[in-house]
Amino acid sequence: MTISIDPQKTNNESLQPKGWLRYFSFSLDHKVIGIQYLVCGFLFYLIGGTLASAIRIELASPMSDFMPRDVYNQVLTLHGTIMIFLWIVPVVNGAFGNYLIPFYVGARDMAFPRLNAVAFWLIPPSGLMLVASYFIDGAAQAGWTAYPPLSITTPQSGQIIWILSVLLLGGSSIFGGINFIATIIKLRRPGLKLMQLPMYCWAMLGTSLLVVLSTPVLAGTLILLSFDIIANTGFFNPVLGGNVVVYQHLFWFYSHPAVYIMVLPAFGLVSEILPVHARKPLFGYTTMVFSIMGIVVLGLVVWAHHMFTSGTPPWMRLFFTIATAFIAVPTGIKFFNWVATLWGGKISINSAMLFSCGFIINFVFGGITGVALAQVPFDIHVHDTYFVVAHFHYIVYGGTVFIIFSSIYHWFPKVTGKMLNEKLGILHFIITFIGFNLCFAPQHWLGLNGMPRRVAEYDPQFQFVNQISSLGALLMAISTIPFLINVFLSVRDGKDAGDNPWNALTPEWLTSSPPPVENWEGEAPLVEEPYGYGKEISEQK
Amino acid sequence: MLNKNIYLILIISLVFAISFWIGFNVNLLPAEASINAPIYDELFKILFIIGLIIFIGMTIAVIYSLFKFRKRNDQIGDGIALEGNLSLEIVWTIIPSIIVLLIGLYSYNIYDRMGGMKELNHNHEMMSSNTEKIWAGISQTSDNEISKNLSIEVSAMQFAFLFNYPKGNFISGELHVPVDQKVSMKMESKDVIHAFWVPEFRIKQDIIPGQPTILNFTPTKVGKYPIICAELCGPYHGGMRASIVVEEESDYNEWFNKNKKPEVNL
Repeated sequence: MTISIDPQKTNNESLQPKGWLRYFSFSLDHKVIGIQYLVCGFLFYLIGGTLASAIRIELASPMSDFMPRDVYNQVLTLHGTIMIFLWIVPVVNGAFGNYLIPFYVGARDMAFPRLNAVAFWLIPPSGLMLVASYFIDGAAQAGWTAYPPLSITTPQSGQIIWILSVLLLGGSSIFGGINFIATIIKLRRPGLKLMQLPMYCWAMLGTSLLVVLSTPVLAGTLILLSFDIIANTGFFNPVLGGNVVVYQHLFWFYSHPAVYIMVLPAFGLVSEILPVHARKPLFGYTTMVFSIMGIVVLGLVVWAHHMFTSGTPPWMRLFFTIATAFIAVPTGIKFFNWVATLWGGKISINSAMLFSCGFIINFVFGGITGVALAQVPFDIHVHDTYFVVAHFHYIVYGGTVFIIFSSIYHWFPKVTGKMLNEKLGILHFIITFIGFNLCFAPQHWLGLNGMPRRVAEYDPQFQFVNQISSLGALLMAISTIPFLINVFLSVRDGKDAGDNPWNALTPEWLTSSPPPVENWEGEAPLVEEPYGYGKEISEQK
Repeated sequence: MLNKNIYLILIISLVFAISFWIGFNVNLLPAEASINAPIYDELFKILFIIGLIIFIGMTIAVIYSLFKFRKRNDQIGDGIALEGNLSLEIVWTIIPSIIVLLIGLYSYNIYDRMGGMKELNHNHEMMSSNTEKIWAGISQTSDNEISKNLSIEVSAMQFAFLFNYPKGNFISGELHVPVDQKVSMKMESKDVIHAFWVPEFRIKQDIIPGQPTILNFTPTKVGKYPIICAELCGPYHGGMRASIVVEEESDYNEWFNKNKKPEVNL
């Protein structure tokens, strides 16, 4: 019998540091990279959250009195950019994707481990660069949308660093997307069919297609914008005959799909979490797959609904209204399916489950205001107001961030072998849920009644409602305290979790917790029914 | 089984009743001061009610499931192995599709009534030629009534609006218009993108450098309303506000004649 030694493997094992040091190394292990993404993303979440708190302090009074006006614009630009490009996108895609996808397809690592490590290591320098730009000549102050000509006329260094940073982060995102597509399509264990994959794989396949198709457009647009800023070209500069509305088309061609890049993975994660804690199969697997792909296709043809007030001919407005509103259909199917998954289950009411259910309620609310915003006549009044701010925070915070927390409660035992404290977890959920709704629900009213977004000062009649909103933001800030205490206490001396504390059936739970370096001691198991709850398993018990 | 159905019907009718009651009794919008406003509020009310029905229904379904199907301490094993139900899934694909399509058609109708689908026309004696391309906006006038409009040229800059009355040959920082008079504005920006928003009128249009935009409206209520810039335009964006004064025709004429500059004949 010949023993074949994979040269790359031996190389890896001897060169890779062990213990906690590996999290600061150029590790090729997908699990280490996943945790690197998560922890790095969370640190940026704390920075972005601090900036959000600064915004809510400024808005607690109608005058611009907490910080200078240009600093306020820098703060809101950094808040948006950090939360999107350094927290939500890297965490729902990079962190959970890297940790889970190889398990789900039955592989020992991602298809391109080095590309994977490169994709992660692009993030910390570009994030630091972005934050540091504040100390050079002030950070970018044209909002995360960077609309010209404002982005051309504001101080250049901040804007150029912003562009460089977003280009690097976009590159990281594209590398990750290519890697996920290759891993899901080509690295599946023999015998594992596409329609047997856990739903998160489908969500990541759809998301990665969106990343690969739309991110290059943003990159190209930002390169043209940087030419306008440093080389005095006139692509988007009206003084030189450029067209500012073209920038908006190109920008939103990426940035609307970006919303799906932020929520589709969350849809996948919640589809993994609900069946485990409800002890029921995922309801309507096939329709879930088709609705993900439907969202991917529709998501690419709705961008101009961000531009109803800027300059689009009437027929175009009508097309984008109908296309946008139709996204509610595949999205609605998924929500009905999740409720049907809960229906008739034996539900454990724990932190993971509560955050998932909070997600369903918040996202349904955000989805309803989304369908309303898709209607041109409705949007014309509320566009660029706090109504829109409230809507997208219901989608990205009430939706995706709730799922990030739910996933942390669900997979923490897998990663560390320790359980998180449930009492602190439920406390975390209650404060977050109340704080979030207190912060953002009143903002719908503000927008409808005349408060535009991105302002440091406002009509004094809105002061009381703004203060309620700021109180909610304070609760959200406080809610991270029990979470952090919980994580630090549990990593050190949490209850031992065993290999599979939830009795879950998806493949990542069929190995030890934490898993060994190449995921399985022997062959990867063939999991044909990742959601087979209530079938053979109930007879075994 | 019959009992269960009665409860279900009761709960659904209760959800509908509550949603309709809130929809008709809770007013979330500011005063209505233009022809557009009541049309907008009609659309808002319908979307609000449909939204409430879906939101309350889904929330009840989630909370009920958590309560009813929670795992009791003495329970072991799994829930029922139900993997799907094709007819149910077809129902909840088709019904939302129909609702979404109807909302889309209805809002198209609303938009048409607001004048959004009309050709963009503008009447300006000061305009150099008819070939100038008008970019976008809302127009409520057809060609033959265009001469009856009050024409105003708006220029926006960091951080102010200026309103040019071509007929009176003067510029004002405050917009004055007579009540029930169609107003046609041609807007252009001197620097970055701004937006013209009057919440009480339910209208908004970006003001774009290099491309004129059109905004037509008809005020219906005497009063003073804020004009708000709604597009981030720089540090003082939050302070970029002006006022629109809607007044009786006689008051307007008095104001107009006071500001009017005499024609200069050379």
